Amino acid sequence: MSQAAHGPVGSRIGAQAELSTLATLRRGLELSPELRRGLLVTVVLAVVATVGRVLIPFVVQQVTDHGIMAEGGPDTGFVTRAIMLAAVVVAATSLAQYFVNVRLFTSAEGGLATLRLTAFRHIHDLSMLTQSTERRGALVSRVTNDVDTISMFVQFGGLMLLISSAQIMLATVLMLVYSPTLALVVYLCLVPLAVLVQRFQPMLGRAYGLVRERVGDMLGAISESIVGAVTIRAYGVEDRTSERIDRSIEAHRESAVRAQVRSVLAFVSGQAFAGITTAVVMAVGTVLAARGQVSLGQLLAFLFLVNLFTQPVLMATEILNEMQNAVAGWRRVIGVIDTPADVADPGPDGVHQRRGPITVDFDGVSYAYPDGPTVLRDVSLRLEPHTRVAVVGETGSGKTTLAKLLTRLMDPTEGRVLLDGVDLRDIAFASLRRRVVLVPQEGFLFDDDLAANVRFGRPEASDDDLALAITELGLDAWVDSLPHGLATKVGQRGESLSAGERQLVAIARAYLADPDLLVLDEATSAVDPSTEVRVQRALEGLTRGRTSVAIAHRLSTAEAADLVVVVDAGRIVELGSHRDLVDRGGVYTRMHSSWAAQQRSDAGLG
Amino acid sequence: MSVAAPVPRAPATGAVLRRGLGVIWSGIRTEPRPFAVAVVGSVLWAAATVATAGAVGWLTDHVIEPSVQARAVTAAGLWTIIGVLVAILAVNVLGVILRRVYATIAGFNLQARYRRGVTRQYLRLPLAWHHAHPSGRLLSNAHSDVEATWQVFNPLPMALGVIFMLVIAGGMMIVVDPFLAFVGLLVFPGLFAANLVFQRAMSPRITRAQELRAEVAQVAHESFEAGLVVKAMGREDEETARFRGRTLELRDSLVEVGRTRGTFEPVIEAIPTLGTLAVLGVGTWQVSRGDLGAAEVVQMAYLFSILAFPVRALGWVLAELPRSVVGYDRVQHVLRAQGGMSYGHHAAAHTAAPASSHLDHVTYTHAGETSPTIHDVVLDVPAGSTTALVGPTGSGKSTLTNLALRLVDVDSGTARLDGRDVRELGRGEIPRVATLVPQQTFMFDDTVRGNVTLGEEATDDSVWAALRVAQAEGFVAQLPDGLDTMIGERGGSLSGGQRQRIALARAVWRSPRLLVLDDATSAVDPSVEQAILAGLREASDGMTVLVVAYRMATITLADQVVYVEHGRVVDRGSHEELVGRCQGYADLVHAYAREAAERAAVERHEEEAR
Repeated sequence: MSQAAHGPVGSRIGAQAELSTLATLRRGLELSPELRRGLLVTVVLAVVATVGRVLIPFVVQQVTDHGIMAEGGPDTGFVTRAIMLAAVVVAATSLAQYFVNVRLFTSAEGGLATLRLTAFRHIHDLSMLTQSTERRGALVSRVTNDVDTISMFVQFGGLMLLISSAQIMLATVLMLVYSPTLALVVYLCLVPLAVLVQRFQPMLGRAYGLVRERVGDMLGAISESIVGAVTIRAYGVEDRTSERIDRSIEAHRESAVRAQVRSVLAFVSGQAFAGITTAVVMAVGTVLAARGQVSLGQLLAFLFLVNLFTQPVLMATEILNEMQNAVAGWRRVIGVIDTPADVADPGPDGVHQRRGPITVDFDGVSYAYPDGPTVLRDVSLRLEPHTRVAVVGETGSGKTTLAKLLTRLMDPTEGRVLLDGVDLRDIAFASLRRRVVLVPQEGFLFDDDLAANVRFGRPEASDDDLALAITELGLDAWVDSLPHGLATKVGQRGESLSAGERQLVAIARAYLADPDLLVLDEATSAVDPSTEVRVQRALEGLTRGRTSVAIAHRLSTAEAADLVVVVDAGRIVELGSHRDLVDRGGVYTRMHSSWAAQQRSDAGLG
Repeated sequence: MSVAAPVPRAPATGAVLRRGLGVIWSGIRTEPRPFAVAVVGSVLWAAATVATAGAVGWLTDHVIEPSVQARAVTAAGLWTIIGVLVAILAVNVLGVILRRVYATIAGFNLQARYRRGVTRQYLRLPLAWHHAHPSGRLLSNAHSDVEATWQVFNPLPMALGVIFMLVIAGGMMIVVDPFLAFVGLLVFPGLFAANLVFQRAMSPRITRAQELRAEVAQVAHESFEAGLVVKAMGREDEETARFRGRTLELRDSLVEVGRTRGTFEPVIEAIPTLGTLAVLGVGTWQVSRGDLGAAEVVQMAYLFSILAFPVRALGWVLAELPRSVVGYDRVQHVLRAQGGMSYGHHAAAHTAAPASSHLDHVTYTHAGETSPTIHDVVLDVPAGSTTALVGPTGSGKSTLTNLALRLVDVDSGTARLDGRDVRELGRGEIPRVATLVPQQTFMFDDTVRGNVTLGEEATDDSVWAALRVAQAEGFVAQLPDGLDTMIGERGGSLSGGQRQRIALARAVWRSPRLLVLDDATSAVDPSVEQAILAGLREASDGMTVLVVAYRMATITLADQVVYVEHGRVVDRGSHEELVGRCQGYADLVHAYAREAAERAAVERHEEEAR
């Protein structure tokens, strides 16, 4: 929440550590309505099961007292009836317990699935900048392990807490009836426990919170060994990497043991309370009995009630421990869900634009990374429909930032970007993403076949559409050279293909998506020149009649563009066609002559 | 998007108990000491629990009743009550602390040990293995499967304490009346039978659940990695639908697991109670026949009632077994994976002289493909030379660099470094001599310094020098903490070109004798690239360079150019020679110039037409 105050950009994914236990539980229940659904019936069934469980020792008592020990020899008839009754109670208890279990599992897993989905969706809704504040492994843990941590508590904990409280109240009433004095004694014994529990709770919360954090760190470190496999092998840093991983594993182990030790201490203080209470009640009760204030029978019955009272108290301390563990996981999931999506869909008020020729306006746009330098300053620029625009400039000049603002991967810190006169922030994502598509330098591929990856651009595309796109881009020869053509599996992250091939797939994907504005951010940097030229021509065909913005180091792109935008140190320094700029003697002239010198190197070599 | 990698299947039904106990036994052997302490604690706890029940009875008989009858309490009497109960309580608490703390230690030690083992495998196994195993699944193996395997150590010591209690109670029962004890102890075959049925039902379900857990992690991992593309194409809904599919499957599968557990637990709970009732029934019958005293039956029933709750701990252990076995199998699938590289014992030559690299009739086929990626390639990179590897996209250039540095092993032929078969070199020898800058940069979650030195001792000057050669000095100097700025896994706010330059500095810092650049400057603009190449040329005395390149600036630095197409070397020679005689090469390197010329011609034509 507090992040919002810093401005529209740069939320970090919060752990919501400041969220209190109660607030966490409330928010958790809010996010998983399934947890409350049908709870009343479950509680009734649970009460039946609990009553059954209390009833059985009572029946056994009756059997021994009035059956076996009956005056004048055992009363076989009574015993038989009582045993039959007990058997029925056992069956009913078991059945009720079964239904309680199934209902709890169903609602708990339903609720947690919803929570997972909400968190997953929200992570995708977070801006790229926010997403990049956390490692993938740790993000994954927020929708997997952190959610799993909650399951134990929501399956049984919550309900047991309710039932325990009911049992505690019932026992209290009964104790008051039997002996108010002894009841007071019991409650006096409870005071130190209450104080201890209250001190233990935040301590446990912190300890479990640390465990969750360490799990995230550990998964982050482990994922390094998986995702960085090539680099690790190429540099022979297996040992160093395993040391780093070992450190994270050890840190997790240590925090887990420490949290567990604290929870054990909390638990045994409950146990000590139960034991001491019994001892004190017995001692005080003996005194009272000796004075004739209570009878021996009453004292023994009261001891039974003390047991009835301490059992749920003990159970409750155990559940409170488990609750802190669950709350730690919950906080992390809620933390991600409640991180404001600073580049958000305008929602139902969002403008849905018609497709067609597109005009783009940058109106006094500036951008600065949170707590970072300003990378783009006061950029005003109009891109007319049907133009092919090339954005050139040195590395770090702000080109990519321009592309990200144009596709609304980020929002400007100042000024506006307008599409056909409408502020990007007011356009519904569904409409925006249909009209504007970015092809990034590293177009990620999914572990599937080539066809599925191209189809990612337009899931409803037919096989013919797909084949047509490939042909139009001049990629058919390449696809045919692959072992299974379009059915070729691309492997993890597309790693069975080379970087250049992955870029070709990414372009085919965008081509199929058929947007009104295509933004290419170094999209062919790893492709060989002749393929690049071929693809570029095909894209010209595609972009004829629409607007395209290409960011490229290879100035062949600029040569072919209608408009060249030269960016330097966050400002637009030159604007015009290649022919206008090439002899102007500015930044572009310098860049182009350096580029041209490379291309004419045959002569230079001579 | 499921993956064809073999996945352990549900263990054979009858075997779960045996195998589960096997897993437990191997855990005990691995962590004997904490486990032993936990068991001692558990025995103390069990003894104290039995003693508490006895003590209340004893105190009632010997202190309370006499006091009530005497209508007076002695201080000694009160102290006896407090003393006895507190003493037993102390033993109980000590037992619980030892039991739970050390059970936790044993369990988490085992988890940590297996996680280390699993990640060692990730680091050892070849790249081909990684390609076949989704990252999300591997994360799930390292975390949730390891956890599933050793979770059983939480209830285990308590269950052993319960067994101790059962032995005591069983002994007492037999002393009281063997026949009645026999009836009562029939409970145990009952529990055992129920457990067999349970495990038969549980194993396939829990196998499925763990598998789905991995799949959920897998989809999440892939989807978050694809974050930019998902956003850029507006595919959030589709991705969420994909994740929903797996999540709901996991939910249903966990509900099934819950249903099975939910059936089993009430049964396990009911069986001892039914045992108590049986003892009472049979006991009453025996009493009515005069075979047994009423008090004995009551004592027997009491013994049973003490056991009713703890016996559930046995149920917990038994209920954990299928999960344990399934997790263990999934972890073993990683631990037993074969195919790591074997290394020779030779050291690489320890000189400062440039190294030579040689591929001798090398053929290589990617795993899972039928036709070779590389056919009978001979590639000679003489010591001290700069060799450019040029070829169309997907022609096998990166594969050649990987073969030369033994990131993958040849299928036939030989890759040599300084004339020696790379397979004869010891582990870690090749990276000491030869360094690769891969096409795709990978940043460690570390500082700039850490990303350059990869943890080795280094002076700031040497790091800055490497950054200077890589043209990274300028922007690193502007970072908030300079060399100590954390970069993070995704490179934070660094651009692709900046990350590439840090990766380049990482290689340069090592002053390798063979430097392999796999299109390592693709995201860097031409003028910066020029500067990098100039710096490298200066620094490259004593360095052999093999460079995959498309750009003329790079190619013209090379002493020789090797042109590759479809995994074969088509031609080699100087740039001029190749331009003159190799059509494919000429087309490739002149593509931009030709394009520019054609464009100019078209424009001229248009102008003339006007």
